[in-house]
Amino acid sequence: MPQMNMVQAINDGLRLEMRRDSRVVLLGEDVGKVGGVFRVTQGLFDEFGDSRVVDTPLSEGGIVGCAIGMALYGLVPVPEIQFSDFIFPAYDQIVSELAKYRYRSGGEYSCKVVIRTPVGGGIRGGHYHSQSPESLFIHVAGLKVVCPSNAYDAKGLLLASIRDPDPVLFFEPKRIYRAAKGDVPDGDYTVEIGKAAVVREGKDVTVIAWGAMLYEAIAAADEAAANGVDCEVLDLRTLWPVDIDAIVESVKKTGRVVVVHEAPKTCGFGAELVALINEKAFLHLEAPPMRVTGFDTPFPYTLEMEYLPLAHRILPAVMQTAQF
Amino acid sequence: MNGITATAAKYSPSESLNDDVVKAMRSDGTLDPSNDPRISRELAVSLYEAMVRIRMLDERLVALQRQGRIGFHIGSYGEEAAILGSAAALRPNDWLFPCYREFGAALWRGMSLESYLNNMFGNANDPAKGRQMPDHYTCKAAKFTSISSPIGTQITQAVGFAWGAKSQKEDLVTLTYFGEGATSSNEFHNGMNFAAVFKTPTVMFCRNNGWAISVPSEKQTASATFAVKGVAYGMPSVRVDGNDIFAVIKVTRDAILRAAAGFGPTLIEALTYRMSGHSTSDDPKAYRPDDAVVEWGKRDPLMRFRKHLEMNGLWNEAKQVELDARVDAEIRDAITVAEKVAPPALETMFEDVYESVPWHLREQCAEMVAGPRAKGHGGH
Ligand SMILES: Cc1ncc(C[n+]2csc(CCOP(=O)(O)OP(=O)(O)O)c2C)c(N)n1
Repeated sequence: MPQMNMVQAINDGLRLEMRRDSRVVLLGEDVGKVGGVFRVTQGLFDEFGDSRVVDTPLSEGGIVGCAIGMALYGLVPVPEIQFSDFIFPAYDQIVSELAKYRYRSGGEYSCKVVIRTPVGGGIRGGHYHSQSPESLFIHVAGLKVVCPSNAYDAKGLLLASIRDPDPVLFFEPKRIYRAAKGDVPDGDYTVEIGKAAVVREGKDVTVIAWGAMLYEAIAAADEAAANGVDCEVLDLRTLWPVDIDAIVESVKKTGRVVVVHEAPKTCGFGAELVALINEKAFLHLEAPPMRVTGFDTPFPYTLEMEYLPLAHRILPAVMQTAQF
Repeated sequence: MNGITATAAKYSPSESLNDDVVKAMRSDGTLDPSNDPRISRELAVSLYEAMVRIRMLDERLVALQRQGRIGFHIGSYGEEAAILGSAAALRPNDWLFPCYREFGAALWRGMSLESYLNNMFGNANDPAKGRQMPDHYTCKAAKFTSISSPIGTQITQAVGFAWGAKSQKEDLVTLTYFGEGATSSNEFHNGMNFAAVFKTPTVMFCRNNGWAISVPSEKQTASATFAVKGVAYGMPSVRVDGNDIFAVIKVTRDAILRAAAGFGPTLIEALTYRMSGHSTSDDPKAYRPDDAVVEWGKRDPLMRFRKHLEMNGLWNEAKQVELDARVDAEIRDAITVAEKVAPPALETMFEDVYESVPWHLREQCAEMVAGPRAKGHGGH
């Protein structure tokens, strides 16, 4: 099996689906000739031409609005927003239109659009090239939200997203774009939306993470193991609809849980996860669920490694939960 | 309606020779009297010196980034005349609403080199307190607002600020910079429309540098020019040779005086060229041919300015040698100082979110300070 990093795996998935389905079109800023600022669409312009890989004017509202129109017509647009920090000029189109088309038309219309966009910090990007806005989209009824942590899942989830009947926000953790390498099958396969993965089995504490922070959770779990605490690490992969069964099953086993995410704590997805755990597994809990997250400030530049919920911050939370 | 519905042609240096483009410098060393801003010789020389300084800074900062000593730089190589000329046309009470490429304007308006470099290193003395990327500084003393990355957002704000001043009958004009890519943004439309409807004293300064990262200007619009966009908004517009500093001063000053006199906003399209990559994160070889850069290099604003000054007896090689040495030493010394400044203190992360620090941030701050430190930076 070929080894790929996430950039290559997503590129491979896009190429495969574009060959398979002539309705698939890519549009965005710099996605054409240069292949995107992270080179995720590299080579696709040459293979599919400028009518299917489109460099657009600099307007996210234009990109998403047109993608919605294309989808209504019957194409399968996969727009790219260059950084998720720049998705907000399109927020109206996403929240008011994309998310609600099916519902507001009584199911007469639907919008099959997959918005790909890099997320996350740790790349010296400061306020505007580092944010993790997932909860702003999870909160909006009608959107599915996906965030893979490795090359295999990236390709499989992308193909599942493009074939999904609903709009999907496909968040790509840019810090591990090239670092997360692994075996990726050549041909067609999908990873089911809505299914988490247990990446490490354990009996003492459940650590829930996704995207780039998964590796920090694993590192913390390794250190915790050295201190006699056996962590189960869950990679959510799909943030919404979340795999509630996998979470409840794990929490029932461990009775202790730590949720990790880069986004600020307040109203972050961790808040929803903890609430769900309280609702569905309260009597199995042995300790208050904990959150290790970004702080409630804008994303800083120089101090970014202190801001991020890296292993050095996850480990004490895990130990505290275990010893509660 | 020629010039409005025509599809934009591929952008080339010859476009700045067109009749509709305001030019001042002539090949014989004189200035076209109708476009001569009539600035003093001293001002001309100090603008030239400022231009050399920002060109050298660009070179040094790119080198620092390559050496891993700073994280990022976004420069103005090739666009210095457009940036300095427009900044020089401002009156002391006027305000700038910048994009991210105009450190030359900030320095001209009085931001110190030290302050700029502190931002480049994101250190404790950075005016943005190490919170933002390099080239995202702020300088209220220079009447220069804080820079953010999202494209176009400053345009509407410049209109609102000018609108406020107008409502208070204060004699003040705002000038906002943006690239031609930003003319596709929501806020360009909003800014143009509000400015024209409310006749705000605003100058919309579009640096048409040919590129929005890898997207050429002709893919940004089907209009023949960017200036023509003013027509539909009911706003006068002008195209200027953005590599001719005298012409830039002239059209900007005219727009400022017009705004100050109560006649409302003007859209300026400065024809210039981004001679380097978009930023240190970009490799332009992947999408643009070198010959375009060579062609534009022949219209290099610094070279043309120098030639003009030399033909008028205001500059010579000896002065250049002295200036180069002086500026080089100034920049080197300032870098040495800025690089030694410590990173911001941990607590500063939680300040300025609100005017005072609420309970939850006090709690998070205490937790962070008491907790273990991340590897790989010198936080203290
Ligand atoms: C809203 C938004 N979308 C995308 C980006 C990413 N981006 C940064 S600069 C840039 C191109 C800007 O081109 P232009 O406005 O012409 O200015 P220039 O950089 O050429 O000076 C893009 C797409 C951004 N900063 N903001």
